[in-house]
Amino acid sequence: MYIRDTSEGYGIVSRLFHWLMAIAIFFMFGLGLWMVRLDYYSPYYNAAPELHRSLGIILLLALLVRWIWRGANPKPVFDDLTPLEQKASRAVHWSFYVLLLALMVSGYLIVTPDGQPVDVFGWFSVPSVLQMRGLEDRAGYVHRLLAYAVIALAVVHSLAALKHHFFDKSKIMTRMWAGPPSSNVLTSEKEDHL
Amino acid sequence: MKFGTATLAVTTLTTFMSTTAMAADYVIDTKNAHASINFRIKHLGYSWLTGRFDKFSGTFSYDEKNPDASKVKIEIDTTSVDTNFAERDKHLRGGDLLDVDMFPTATFESTSVKSAGPDKAVITGKLTLHGETKDVTIEAERIGGGADPWGGQRMGFTGTTKIALADYGILRDLGPFSKDVELTLNVEGVKQ
Repeated sequence: MYIRDTSEGYGIVSRLFHWLMAIAIFFMFGLGLWMVRLDYYSPYYNAAPELHRSLGIILLLALLVRWIWRGANPKPVFDDLTPLEQKASRAVHWSFYVLLLALMVSGYLIVTPDGQPVDVFGWFSVPSVLQMRGLEDRAGYVHRLLAYAVIALAVVHSLAALKHHFFDKSKIMTRMWAGPPSSNVLTSEKEDHL
Repeated sequence: MKFGTATLAVTTLTTFMSTTAMAADYVIDTKNAHASINFRIKHLGYSWLTGRFDKFSGTFSYDEKNPDASKVKIEIDTTSVDTNFAERDKHLRGGDLLDVDMFPTATFESTSVKSAGPDKAVITGKLTLHGETKDVTIEAERIGGGADPWGGQRMGFTGTTKIALADYGILRDLGPFSKDVELTLNVEGVKQ
């Protein structure tokens, strides 16, 4: 099993980042929609937003580590997409990064504009850096729009992956699931150690 | 000397005029924040949650000789609700509570003032909040008034009232102990 990415495919770290963050982001979307509608006397009225805030900060950290990991790894090359498809997929991937970062920062700004820190599962807290009256309203508005945008983009991304898999018979979806093909283990490992 | 006499005469005249005038008009000193609109609501029936509206403006007229002729008018910027907790304030401004996008202002305008003892009065008027207008009764007290150290005249009051959120179409269920809100208004007016 590959820890790192190779030119042939994604290692286990990148694949875990992809799938765990995908699950967490969908979970957060549902949690966010659900928690703002809770009755005041619901037992989850405080617990649900606390989980949402904590997980949000964890996801922000995960996103930053993922970027570093991506930068420190070789980029898998897949040339079974048309140049246009390659451009489109690159645009989608970068949109994900930008939207997710903005989504998480906007969430942070809902909590902190009065100087309050964000507590993360009681483990640590992120201090407020920007104090501005009424910022929580604008941040909340942006946060909701970005959440919808991220989910819409995820749908586009999934449909594109399925299309490449079933209609184009491309291996592009398998690479995020199965990792680099084992027939190339030797050459890839050599590349890795060079 | 001549000039001094003239000034004295004018001062005497204005003093005379102001004491005999029916009522003097005052602008509530929100500029220097010698006024506040505070509210409190019970939390779970266990404690008082307090907050205030930071932005408002208003005027009143008052005649010491005839307090019942007094009038007061206040306009509140509901977006300025402040309970010292950004997330809660966001919720208060939201659609299921104050809905400030739809109803950015609340107003109070007195319809009658009835004296209720020395420096005390009951002010009845129309409170418009969340798009609904209802009659409310404010128990008011004059704290004091007179010359300020900077050449002006001031007069100050405090008043309290209680409203039921449901009367104003604010139907979000905050629990059985949190259906009413008490409002306290502290106003200091600068005579115009």
